[in-house]
Amino acid sequence: MQSTTTSDEFLKGIWKENPVFVHVLGLCPMLAVTNSAINAIAMGLATFFVLVGSSTLVSLFRNLIPRQVRISCYIIIIATFVTVADYTLQALVPIVHKELGAFVPLIVVNCMILGRQEAFASKHNVKLAVADALGVAIGFIFALFILGGLREILGNGSLFGISLFGPNFEPWVVMLLPPGGFIMLGLILLFFNWLKQKKDNLVEQLATKELV
Amino acid sequence: MDDLIWIFISSLLVNNFVFSYFLGLCPFFGVSGRLETAFRLGLASMFVMLITAICTWFLNTYILIYAPYLRLISFIVVIASTVQFVEMVIKKFSPVLFKALGIYLPLITTNCAILGFAIFSTNRGYGFWEGIVFALGAGGGFTLALVLMAGLREENELSGIPQVVRGTAMSMIIAGILSLAFMGFSGLFSS
Repeated sequence: MQSTTTSDEFLKGIWKENPVFVHVLGLCPMLAVTNSAINAIAMGLATFFVLVGSSTLVSLFRNLIPRQVRISCYIIIIATFVTVADYTLQALVPIVHKELGAFVPLIVVNCMILGRQEAFASKHNVKLAVADALGVAIGFIFALFILGGLREILGNGSLFGISLFGPNFEPWVVMLLPPGGFIMLGLILLFFNWLKQKKDNLVEQLATKELV
Repeated sequence: MDDLIWIFISSLLVNNFVFSYFLGLCPFFGVSGRLETAFRLGLASMFVMLITAICTWFLNTYILIYAPYLRLISFIVVIASTVQFVEMVIKKFSPVLFKALGIYLPLITTNCAILGFAIFSTNRGYGFWEGIVFALGAGGGFTLALVLMAGLREENELSGIPQVVRGTAMSMIIAGILSLAFMGFSGLFSS
């Protein structure tokens, strides 16, 4: 743990410990808003703001917050940032805010955010905490974008509202509906499992080769 | 009266919290390993929803009209203290049930189904009785989803599926198929 640098903390959240694809956290907003790439990005940015803001604050106050009431304190800090994000979205992009609906306030109970506070920000200094929060948040945006983009391409034949396949494309509407979200994420997780298994096999083969 | 029945059936089946709003997925995938725990957790969540419904109505009618920006913070504080309260009451009056629920009880606080329920009922402007019925329907729907999923997963453990698919990926695809089945209920209100 001592040897990790700030950039390591930043990079691990994006791929190796991606909150969605590896830890399967933060699913509720993940599936609910990813029916188009633009919604996914807006949601990702809101979560980004909340995660980085609350990690900074929790890390700053980590020596002041008593252990017994820490969870309540974290939740109140997170709720404050979410309220700010909610009102900001409403003012700047009212259309997107309307589509995201109740899911912006629901960032409060995104277990990924609380998990980062409990597991990381409350134990490290501000610099590391911000690096970690940035990495995890970008990993989350990345995951949202992949899922949102794939669902929009398959379900609507477009990306960011721009048609990709011309008028002959038969849209796969179920991908935009709730079942599509579950199945698409299932398939992506399956892909990650497959990659991991392949890598494990490779490592095993190398190990046996070295022994021989 | 018709309204209340409509709210109940809609939140129980047609707009099931898990399958069409994606709320409460963490416990849905985390706790649905065994049928019995899944059922108990569902009931506990339903109970917290009921109390939250009463508190939400009170807050919305008397306090939040003066300070709408406090909505989120006050809801989450109410939910956290309700869960704490329920925990203490159960511990006092039924230690057996307390032991059976274990860690899942405090975790209800971060269940997005509860906060989602409070926000939805506010956004739709539900009154006192509507809120109660909505809580019963949504809680019942959540329990139903957990129990269905737990039953399927118990069967799944014993069947011969490839190693790669096991775990969350499989659960996710099962949930997708269940969700597809629940979409059929939307035909109930087409006429």
